[in-house]
This record gives sequence, C-alpha cells and structure tokens, in this order.
Amino acid sequence: MDKGIPLDNSLAHGRTPVVRLRASEGLSARRRRQVLLDWLAEKYFAAAGGLAILFILLIFIFLAREGLQAFRTIDPMRFIGAMTENVITEQPEFTTTWQPVSEVPKYSLLPLMMGSALIAIPATLFSGLVGLACGIFLSEIASRRLREIVKPGMELMAGIPTVIIGFFILVSVASLVQDLFHTTRRLNAFVGALGVSVVIIPTIATLVEDAMRAIPREIREGAYALGATRWETIRRVLIPSSMSGIAAALILGMGRALGETMIVLMVTGNAAVLTFNLFKSVRTMTATLAAELGEVAQGSEQYHALFLVGLVLFVFTFFLNMAAEIVISRMRRRLRL
Amino acid sequence: MTRFPSNTRSRKIAGAFYEGLCAGVALLTLAALAWLLAGIARGGWGTISWEFLTQPPDNGMTAGGVFPAIFGTVALTLLMIFLALPLGVSAAIYLTEYAGPGIAARVIRAAVNNLAGVPSIVFGLFGLGFFVLFIGRGLDAFLGEKLLFGQPAMLWAAATLAILVLPVIIVSTEEALHAVPASQREAAYAMGATKWQVLSRVVIPQARSGILTGAILGVARGAGETAPILFTGCAYYLPRLPIVRIPDTPIWMINPLDQFMQLSYHVFIMSTQSHNPTLVRPIVFGTALVLVTLTFLMNLGAILWRRRYRRMREQARG
Repeated sequence: MDKGIPLDNSLAHGRTPVVRLRASEGLSARRRRQVLLDWLAEKYFAAAGGLAILFILLIFIFLAREGLQAFRTIDPMRFIGAMTENVITEQPEFTTTWQPVSEVPKYSLLPLMMGSALIAIPATLFSGLVGLACGIFLSEIASRRLREIVKPGMELMAGIPTVIIGFFILVSVASLVQDLFHTTRRLNAFVGALGVSVVIIPTIATLVEDAMRAIPREIREGAYALGATRWETIRRVLIPSSMSGIAAALILGMGRALGETMIVLMVTGNAAVLTFNLFKSVRTMTATLAAELGEVAQGSEQYHALFLVGLVLFVFTFFLNMAAEIVISRMRRRLRL
Repeated sequence: MTRFPSNTRSRKIAGAFYEGLCAGVALLTLAALAWLLAGIARGGWGTISWEFLTQPPDNGMTAGGVFPAIFGTVALTLLMIFLALPLGVSAAIYLTEYAGPGIAARVIRAAVNNLAGVPSIVFGLFGLGFFVLFIGRGLDAFLGEKLLFGQPAMLWAAATLAILVLPVIIVSTEEALHAVPASQREAAYAMGATKWQVLSRVVIPQARSGILTGAILGVARGAGETAPILFTGCAYYLPRLPIVRIPDTPIWMINPLDQFMQLSYHVFIMSTQSHNPTLVRPIVFGTALVLVTLTFLMNLGAILWRRRYRRMREQARG
C-alpha cells in the first residue's frame, strides 16, 4: 500500500494532507509557520463549531439555575392548583389559576399549559393541512415558473416580523372573525391559532416539499408505468413514502407554535384561567413570560416561578425538536440506502 | 393491494380536482400574505413623511416620528451581526470543512437545529439570566463598578439576538461552502497549500456571496424579533440616541451600554399598552410599515441573490 499521498480520502474526511509534513524535519521557517497557523485555525474552527452545543447547554443551565429555585419556597403541589377560599361563598375550593400577584399567589401551570395547547394543536392541525397542500403543490404540481413565484413568496411570509402579524390581527382580522363566528370575546385562542399558522405554514410547507423532492424519480416513474395518474401517484405513493418527513414537519411546526410569543401575547386576550373552549381568551406560557418578567423583582418568588415556566417551555420544545431531528435523520439514512 | 378504479375519466377528473385544491390552497396562502402586506401598506402610507422618519416621538408618544426606533433597530442589528457573523461562519466552516461525517458533526448539527427551534422568549429569559445578571453583574463585581454592565443594554440585547440568528447564518454559510467545487480545493492542495491557505484564499472568497446572503437573512430575522430584547435592553421611550462621544475626539459611536428604542418593540408597545389606542393607531401603522419594508426588502434581496447564484451553480454543473 502506498501511504505517501492520501489524497482523496484525506480530503473527503476533512483531514489535512499537510499532517504528513509535520514529521519531516527540514522544513523551512516559513513552512513551519504555515503549518502552525493551519493547526491554530483547525483548533479555532473546532471551538466555534462547539459553540452551538455550548449555547444549548448554557440556556438549559441558566433556566434550570433560576427556575428550580422556585421549589425552595413554593410547594410543588401549588404548580398544579391550590386550596383557596372562594370570595363569594367563603367555601374552600380547589383553584387552578395562575395569579402570582395576589394575597395568596397562585402558581398553577395548568391554565398556561392548556392555553399553549389550545393555540399549538389547532394551529398545527390547520397549518399541517395547508402546509401539506402547499408542499405538494410546490414539489409535484407547480410548473417551474409558478414555483419560482410561490416559493419566494413562502420564504417572504416566513420572514415577516411576528409583531406585524399580531398587530394586523389585532386591528382587522380579530373583528372579522368575531363577526363570522359571533364569539363573546374578540381576542381568543382561535384568533391566536390563526396568527400562529401564518408563521408555521411556510415551515411545514418547506419541509414537506423537501421530503417529497428527496423521493427518487424512479419511484414516480414506476407508479406512472403501472398506470397511475399524477394525483394517484401523489396520494398513494409519494405521501406514504414521505410520511416521516411530513411527521417531522408537523412536529417542528408544533414546536414553533408552542414557542411563538408576540402574536399570542397580542391577540389571545391573556386570561390565565383554565378553559377547553377555543373561543375563550387564553394565556400561553410564552405570553406569561413576556408579560410578567419585565415587571418582577429579580430573585423574588414570582421571578423563579417564571423561569420555571421558561424551563418547562424549553424542555417541551427541546424534545419536539429532538424527535423531529431523529425522524429526519432516519429518513435520510433510509433514502440513502 | 388497493386497485385503481377502472374508469379512467373519473380518475382524471378526481385527480384534477385534488391537484386544483392543492394549487388553490397554495395561492390562497400567498393571497393572505398579500392581503396582510397591503393592509399594513394602506394603513401606514398616510403616516409616512420626512418628519415621521427623522423626528423623535413627541407629545407623550401621541405625535412625532420614530427616528430613535429606526436608529436603535439599525444599531442593534449591526452590533448583532458583528457578533454573530464571525462565530456562525466559523462554525459552518468547521462543519463542512473539518468535521467530516462523524459523530461530532452530527451532534453539532443537532444542536444547531435545536437552537433554531428554541422559543424566542426563552432567548429573552436566557439573555436576562446569563448576559445581564450573570456576565454583567459579574463584570461589575470584578471591576468594582456599581451598576455599569449589570443592567439591560444594547450589548446584551445584541448578544442575545446573535445566538438566535446563529443557526440562520450557519445554514446559509454551509450551503455556500458546499457550492465551492471540490476540484478547486484539490487544485490548491496539489500546489502545496495548507488547509488554512485553501480555506482563506480559495474557499471563503468563492463562498463570499453566499455568506453575505446568510448575513442579510440573519439581519432581517434579528430586526423583526421582539421577545428576546424585551428584558435585555429596549426602552419604551428614550428621547436621546444611544450614542456616545469617544473621549477627546469629535467621533461619535454607538453606545452599547445604553438602552435603545426599537421598531418591532415600538409596534408592540404602542398597539397594546397605549392609553389612547385610536389616537396612536396611525403611528403604529406607520411604524409597522417601516419595519415591514425594511425586513421585506432585505429578505427579498437575499432570496433573489441566492436564487441567482444557485442557478449559476446549476449551470456550472451542466
């Protein structure tokens, strides 16, 4: 075997061919400086590459550091609910509200989680349908020219600042929806879910499109050869084979929906009461953080409780992201085989 | 096995119907986008004037312009990209040029994707807990200052946003680096160049426009974010600009330790916390239009530019 010039392999695997030179003694001073510089560069880039991991860890550590302190003063049960006296009947009752600024601060996370779910689940379902249609359209149906208009449009849609969407819903869409559905509250979970959909439809559409484009051409041609029409190919061959990609798109979309802050803060009405009604005002975990953290004393009980909410939110989205990551990497591996 | 229905004509009609449905949904989605943009444009057009763009707010925020917010947005995103670009580009270089297909690259990619999915408000919390309180207060204690670094400031807001846009920059840069043909690298190696020389003189110069696209997309993203800066530095009303004169010189520079006004925060605060929502509505529309125009143009520019070099690449490959 010739070990002298490991050309292709070393390049493909990112190893420096120059390593060989280090062994030989009689290098000129200039070459030695170059090799040293090369070594330094590699270390620097490796450090930069590790930053993403470092930041994820730091985020977790700092949320946990501040958030877990909440358990020092607050009984864990109180994050579910608390026994309080009803103001009117003067009977003790079990309340599940988030009301940190009151005589007896109430820290139930249930209404906040329910609020987040009431936004994220309908938004994901709606955006899933719309995003799937858009993804299919972009990948299979649209002509090249139409695609070159629709695709940048989707990307621009993803780039609109979320406050703008929130503001627009606040001033025009909310009243329209109220007239349409005759709801008692103008600002409710439904309007919030609608706004969040604007943000996650492009995400889902892009991922669905990528998943479908990754399917080899032979599979489509096989279906056509069996006499299937284009739609039958999409419906019975392409959608089933890109199922894991579609699933990943939905999971990621849901993660985005859970984390969306400004839209829900502006248009959901912010009532931290446990409800299962889509047309009631709700308050999500994200909106609670945005609304309250600015006004709370650092190191107070509420401050730590808010960081705990942030920790819960982070852990939720982290697991959703990891799940999507695993699904996508499996899909890639399968397609490569 | 399901069998295809035998009637070819009805199959074709059903296909056309469902395909039309998909196309209709996609076009309706775009129409919704156009409706939103048109609504903002129509609402804000009447407010935009030279005074609006160059004057500070006046009369208890019910009159005047948004110049400090425009200035704050530009200064903040410049500082952000200054912090994020070197890190993001370096991380992308590591991923494409050094890491190879191993476990390290996979873990880093997973971390980058995860970072992209962290809720923006969580970045805000992190910015407050880590930058303002941990680093800022730590610096104050170390330097013996009373309260200089340990409070919300543009520096901390920019640092928080920098982490948020890091994935955008990394992904774009990776794409740009992949686009540089392997033959170019091999030719440089064949001439005895070290890896660093290949990177700095062959690969990075060729990937420059792709990296620039990533930077613009990052700036557009950062300019529109509100949640991460809520607690890390933006101010409701700040009549002075966040600038400072370098001592003994006539040169003014952005003061990274000052608070600042910002367009997206201005839209948020004016539309939800104002005492007189109907009176300030035109101002909010005007601010929203300025913000949308800024981010829209940057995104559009980056998308068109990227499309151009993608097409050039396809042509080069034949």
